[in-house]
Amino acid sequence: MVDLLIYLAASLAGMAFILAMIRFVIGPGVSDRIVAFDVVTIVAITVIIITALEEDRVVYLDVALVYALLSFLGVIVVARYLERGF
Amino acid sequence: MRKFGNQTALFVTLFLFWVLINGSLSLGTLLVGVVVSSAIAAMLPGGWDPLREFHATPAGFSAAYHFLIYFIKELIRSNIRMAGVVLSPRLPINPGIVKVHTKLKSKMGRLLLANSITLTPGTLTVMLEEEWLYVHWVTVESTDIEAATAHIVAGFEKYLEVMYG
Amino acid sequence: MKTLLDVIGALFLVAGTSFLFLGGLGLIRMPDLFNRIQSGTKATTLGTILTLIGATFLRPEWGIKLSLIGLFLLFTNPLSSQVLARAAHRIGVEKSAKTKVDLLVEPPGDPR
Repeated sequence: MVDLLIYLAASLAGMAFILAMIRFVIGPGVSDRIVAFDVVTIVAITVIIITALEEDRVVYLDVALVYALLSFLGVIVVARYLERGF
Repeated sequence: MRKFGNQTALFVTLFLFWVLINGSLSLGTLLVGVVVSSAIAAMLPGGWDPLREFHATPAGFSAAYHFLIYFIKELIRSNIRMAGVVLSPRLPINPGIVKVHTKLKSKMGRLLLANSITLTPGTLTVMLEEEWLYVHWVTVESTDIEAATAHIVAGFEKYLEVMYG
Repeated sequence: MKTLLDVIGALFLVAGTSFLFLGGLGLIRMPDLFNRIQSGTKATTLGTILTLIGATFLRPEWGIKLSLIGLFLLFTNPLSSQVLARAAHRIGVEKSAKTKVDLLVEPPGDPR
């Protein structure tokens, strides 16, 4: 039962990932792609946590934390870059 | 003396986070934590805004508690509403950017207000300029500054005013 | 008892990832950038937090670290979307035809 639910959760996250990737590919603008990238990252954090549960390894949580930090900085940097013009 | 207290509060917060992230109380961890936290606290003589500007009175803590409860309720409500919008075949949106006003004076109070607005029912702070906020609203109900302020800002402001002023 | 907590935790995981899925769906369906940011930030923040709560039910000993991740996301998620919305508005990203009003007038001259 529990395993089944966790697999269901993982597949829902997978579908969210695919939808965000579609938006990433079709764009149309740079900023749309950044939003899609942001969503992909957040979904990835969730997937890392589910993986940590399945593999029973607490180290993965540190990966999730650092990943969250890096993606936040990434979005901020790209947004600043957009704002200053090309 | 007050300045010194700010730095101590910053040190305690940093050290606490360090210990929580490491999840261990070994001598080496604690030693590194003390060194790094005090170095950072020493580099920031004014302390840290979220701690310095917080009104650490019973009323302040009580407002913080009620703010948290209200925020969680709004977060869940906003998500259910957005889910309804996204799932409905007609996509009933009516977007626009409105201007609202805040009474909050402190930087941290305004930051928390902007963040809370972003996370709740169909609203997204686009810009914060002095006491004016420009908010993107998925379902605009009023373009009037007063009415939009009452609708978007008032709920959070009530608590943040006591917490940060 | 342990099994009950596990089932509750797993249900929280499913609820959280459902919100992620809705966020992804909104990302596809919404007509312009600002509405996409709206559906992106909100649904995914609650989704991740529900997942973290679920994980806490499944492994209570991880609670502290999971709540730190949650706290961090609660502060950074809205910030990154605000910065992005600000930048997009400043460079004049096209708004959907449904947009009623835009009271934010950009100051003339080059962006900073």
